[in-house]
Amino acid sequence: MTTLMQSLAIGAPEVVLGVGAMALLMIGVFRGDSALRGLSWGAVILFGLVALNIVDDTPDRMLAWNNLYVADALSAYMKVLILVGAAASVLLAVPYLERVKADRFEYPVLIVLCTLGMFVMVSANNLMSLYIGLELMSLSAYVLAAFHRDDQRSTEAGLKYFVLGALSSGLLLYGVSLVYGFVGSTDFSAIAAGLSAGPDRNIGALIGLVFVVAGLAFKVSAVPFHMWTPDVYEGAPTPVAAFFATAPKIAAMGLFLRVALDAFSGMVADWRQIIIFMSIASMVLGAVGAIGQTNIKRLLAYSSINNIGFVLIGLAAANAAGASAVLLYLAIYLVMTLGAFLCVLALSDADGSAVETLDNLAGLGTSRPWLATALSIFMLSLAGLPPLFGFMAKLAVFNAAVEANLWPLAILGVLASVIAAYYYLRVVKILFFDPPADVVVAGQGGLAINSAMIAAAAIFCSPAGFLLLGPLGAATRQAAGSLF
Amino acid sequence: MLSAMILLPLALAMLVLFLPGDEAARARLARLIGLGTTLVLFVMALVLWSRFDNATAAFQFAERAEIFGGLFSWHLGIDGISLVLILLTVFLMPLCILAGWDSVKTRIPEYIAAFLIMESLMIGVFGALDIFLFYIFFEAGLIPMYLIIGIWGGKRRIYASYKFFLYTLLGSVLMLLAMLWMVMEAGTTDIPALMAHDFPVRAQTWLWLAFFASFAVKMPMWPVHTWLPDAHVEAPTAGSMILAGVMLKMGGYGFIRFSLPMFPEASVQLMWIVFALSMIAVVYTSLVALVQQDMKKLIAYSSIAHMAFVTAGMFAFNTQGLEGAVVVMLSHGVVSAALFFCVGVIYDRLHTRDIDRYGGVTTNMPRYALFFMLFTMASIALPGTSGFVGEFLALTGIFMAETWVAFVMATGVVLGASYMLWLFARVMFGAQKNADAAAMPDLKRREWAIMVPLALVALWMGVYPKPFLDPVRAPVASLMARLDRADAPQTPHTPLKAASPVLLASVSEGLRP
Repeated sequence: MTTLMQSLAIGAPEVVLGVGAMALLMIGVFRGDSALRGLSWGAVILFGLVALNIVDDTPDRMLAWNNLYVADALSAYMKVLILVGAAASVLLAVPYLERVKADRFEYPVLIVLCTLGMFVMVSANNLMSLYIGLELMSLSAYVLAAFHRDDQRSTEAGLKYFVLGALSSGLLLYGVSLVYGFVGSTDFSAIAAGLSAGPDRNIGALIGLVFVVAGLAFKVSAVPFHMWTPDVYEGAPTPVAAFFATAPKIAAMGLFLRVALDAFSGMVADWRQIIIFMSIASMVLGAVGAIGQTNIKRLLAYSSINNIGFVLIGLAAANAAGASAVLLYLAIYLVMTLGAFLCVLALSDADGSAVETLDNLAGLGTSRPWLATALSIFMLSLAGLPPLFGFMAKLAVFNAAVEANLWPLAILGVLASVIAAYYYLRVVKILFFDPPADVVVAGQGGLAINSAMIAAAAIFCSPAGFLLLGPLGAATRQAAGSLF
Repeated sequence: MLSAMILLPLALAMLVLFLPGDEAARARLARLIGLGTTLVLFVMALVLWSRFDNATAAFQFAERAEIFGGLFSWHLGIDGISLVLILLTVFLMPLCILAGWDSVKTRIPEYIAAFLIMESLMIGVFGALDIFLFYIFFEAGLIPMYLIIGIWGGKRRIYASYKFFLYTLLGSVLMLLAMLWMVMEAGTTDIPALMAHDFPVRAQTWLWLAFFASFAVKMPMWPVHTWLPDAHVEAPTAGSMILAGVMLKMGGYGFIRFSLPMFPEASVQLMWIVFALSMIAVVYTSLVALVQQDMKKLIAYSSIAHMAFVTAGMFAFNTQGLEGAVVVMLSHGVVSAALFFCVGVIYDRLHTRDIDRYGGVTTNMPRYALFFMLFTMASIALPGTSGFVGEFLALTGIFMAETWVAFVMATGVVLGASYMLWLFARVMFGAQKNADAAAMPDLKRREWAIMVPLALVALWMGVYPKPFLDPVRAPVASLMARLDRADAPQTPHTPLKAASPVLLASVSEGLRP
């Protein structure tokens, strides 16, 4: 049992984020919308401070707040990824929001709150704190989806996300109550202990597990809980879509790891079947569904569904190699996806409105070769083609599957990656092979920092990224180690 | 040295992309840098050759750096087989750059950069001693080739580029899974260690099939060859040269480096698949080549037929067969690149590859006709040319293994002579049907510069192949030792061996030179 002061110290990142969010909100309220730029930088600085605090901490496992909260190497790793995604999403949004006249100060504040929710999620050691974190994240996300409130599509995206998200929260909560009823606790260690001590097959807990998994699958947009993803990505403002595709997915995946491998570690054989099905379905549907898309944001939505399918392979392996593969995959996925969205944000036609149709990208290889090169790197990396760094992510999950003897999953996975390669190649084809489109894709001012971020992400995804394997591999192994 | 040979072209490719100045100046500078870099690499490879120790089968010039966090390592090194294939690569590259000197007109810095990256990756494939490093280099070559076909290719370039990419990728992903299993089983990613590891015989069959899927597509073997004619026809001349000259050899190299030494039992058990497919390929693709109207397509099909000699020779499991396979790869690398360039020369003048549009070219292009004839003869393996040495050795090896296979394969030589000679007759002799074809000027200086080295090497390998065979001997001998060991304890496929292993051993000793 820890005292309040100890708990506060262990949970310092969340405390700082919560207080910081309130402070940013107050500044925004008094200074008005003109504070957007200042608040954005403030949020980024806040993220930076929190990241320093996390990296500085020792990675020992520490429980706080009556065991509701856990800080270990896994949560630290996930939090750093979340912070990178959130900080990038704040920075890349400013020029966009100013251009579409949606430059209201709430944007960075909502992202900070959402980040706080994600922090609680990845540090949850109890189904209740899990739910609270999930809801804080989701509620901020619903508002963010509808952030461009004068735009019909954005409002629609927000509403759709809200309705389906509420449904998934309901499913999750129902599962939690079943688990509580049949195991007698919501604490992760207590659930694990209760399951191993109880009867051979705890049917009630099994049903509860299915509902919990369904709720979490919705958040990571795994098939068959993926329907909202393309619509929400398409409708939401592009920076918000970039955010949705990265940080919340990563947080939900980290949570998934902890719930599956910690709380329900005694039921691996039961949930593995579900994960395997979702993994195959996501990989195949994500690949096939993307082929017919004409909107690049929808394409990226299917790409994220497809990639989540590969991440789930690592989870299905349910071994240390699988968990560290998931973590490595998420880190690389984060950068690839952010890079792709940054490239989309850098496109606009002559009168300044956004270019989102794939056909309009034709000939970009001639008119803006660097941007086209960067976008190609992200696409080929998302496809997992060597020598780009995305290959390493796929190699790690397949390695885990082979170690766990999940041959059918591994074979279907590699075949799905070939199907997926087709539509990623199509983007490269449009960029470089097709004659230029009628629509002029003009260079757009934007922040120099966006270009810098594109360049950094492209270098990370290029073969140069392999040089980072040393530290990244060590970090993922350490983080995965805290689950086993 | 090997690291430098891989990193130098990569670095210069980046430099070429960042060149300043207007378009004409950039293009000029890019071409010069491309030619200079490839020549420097050629010299570096010659240095490697001169310092190479032919007596040992061990990997030389080894380098190792643990820069990938312990998952795999930057481990390079070459034996004789890698050496000769690297020599082939660096010999062809400057000629490829020259071949596209005038005929490629758009996006020249990118074009040069793509070729430099290709060169780096191909040296990497032949020099990698880490299994994942090999896979990365092996697959990475697809991206620049996809761009070369797609950007600078012909009319149906997009279809061809997709087909090329997806076909090869599909073949390779299963190999990746097999590699993962092997690394888990053996606990190392080192190729030399894996080559010495004895994998369980039951697993070997599956692993062999997974590797076969990849290398058979790359080779290409019948019936997974259909990407090749499309890719060749649509690729620019230099692209076809490098595709036929080097990239196809990666499949053969893969068989020698992985399938044979790592899965010797499976190789022995499944040799009938390779023999059957090779026999079909030789007859079928030769007949298909006979009826082609498109010159490039004809040569593409002839490549498939030649590659069948490589596969059949390798799986004959004797010294002659293996050495012959390597020499066929080298010879075909030079001769097919030369033939594609020959087609490119008249394509640049008339912009058609249709055989019927030409005729009587000897009259206005006698020097060109001379070179074309030389390469045609080399392709049909006339004694004195490079093709003869390889095909003779390979056929000898096959004959020693299975007489009937050798009989069918030998028909390929006859058919090869018919389609090549007929092509030569239709293009070079006869009446001059078209005025524009009759007005084509003879070779330019740049074209001479490409033809002469190719012709000299084709003759050199035919008259005095020893320098190319010497490095290959030691690795082939150690490969044979490995195959024999696998062959000895259980030999279900030849009852004779089971009945009297001593007798057979003495017979095979007697046959070995």
